[in-house]
Amino acid sequence: MTSAAVRSAVSMSLGVAAAVSLYGISFGALAVASGLDFWQTQVLSLFMFSGGSQFAVIGLAAAGAPGPSIITAAGLLGIRNGLYAVRMSAVVGPGFLKRLVAGQWTIDESTAVSIAQTDPKAERVGFWLTGAAIYVGWNSMTALGAVIGNALGDPKAWGLDAAAAAAFVALLWPRIQARQPIAIAAVAAVVTIIAVPTTPAGVPILIAAAAGLLMALFSERSRA
Amino acid sequence: MTMWTTIIIASAVVMGTKLLGYLVPASVASHPRIQRVSDLLTVALLASLVVTQTAGAGSAIVVDARLIAVGVAAVLLRFRAPFIVVVLVAAGVAALLRLVGWAA
Repeated sequence: MTSAAVRSAVSMSLGVAAAVSLYGISFGALAVASGLDFWQTQVLSLFMFSGGSQFAVIGLAAAGAPGPSIITAAGLLGIRNGLYAVRMSAVVGPGFLKRLVAGQWTIDESTAVSIAQTDPKAERVGFWLTGAAIYVGWNSMTALGAVIGNALGDPKAWGLDAAAAAAFVALLWPRIQARQPIAIAAVAAVVTIIAVPTTPAGVPILIAAAAGLLMALFSERSRA
Repeated sequence: MTMWTTIIIASAVVMGTKLLGYLVPASVASHPRIQRVSDLLTVALLASLVVTQTAGAGSAIVVDARLIAVGVAAVLLRFRAPFIVVVLVAAGVAALLRLVGWAA
């Protein structure tokens, strides 16, 4: 029983890791297209290691947003990782070094694969194997993508700007499967359309975040 | 602020948030209300990024090949296409539209 559960966790981990790692190629290519150099791109994958935040950095950098606004957006998108960490704390267990490494590998996918398991051992295997495999895969594919991206030349001729937009749609899609998140996404989109021509680069996303936060808090109040 | 400074601070913030989660008592941060608000904040941020990446050009909103590519991406996502397929097809659509001169 246990070994079947663990085998299933292993295959799920590796499947998810393969798909996400492949996607690292597009991150690497898009990052150099947005003006980052090879090492800046690689440092993001090595240390930030969170797809949504990493894409936000390169998207906002390409739009000419100032540093503080890039940091704020990346930081806000990273909040969910902190909540995943709370969820994974018991799965990871005690030990400073173990928790340090686990912290770096606490992302959407490692948490999701772990939560999907039914057996405590499979939960651990799911978390660690998904985290480790994606860390290695995502970083090596980022490097490959950055090299390919540098060789491509004009990013627009290859549609890389559209690929970046599609990447955000793909990140958003699984999160807008109910009425409330759809409403918040719509308001954030409209607010951004209004704010882009009227506020400096990097400000629209902060206004959209504030609008989303207000709507979320308001709905919590009416729920209570 | 240089790009390097931005990258290092932003990485430290994101990494620190993950590590902080292992210090916070589970009863505080796993509260369902906090989870819900955080999920919705993520939705707002991603939706804003979709708009700026799809239609942003400096301080202008423009309609070009990206919008059509994103439309195609949404259809693919509707039919549960994998991430990498969605991204590659979107790039292909935009590149093709520009090659034949149907969109900027």
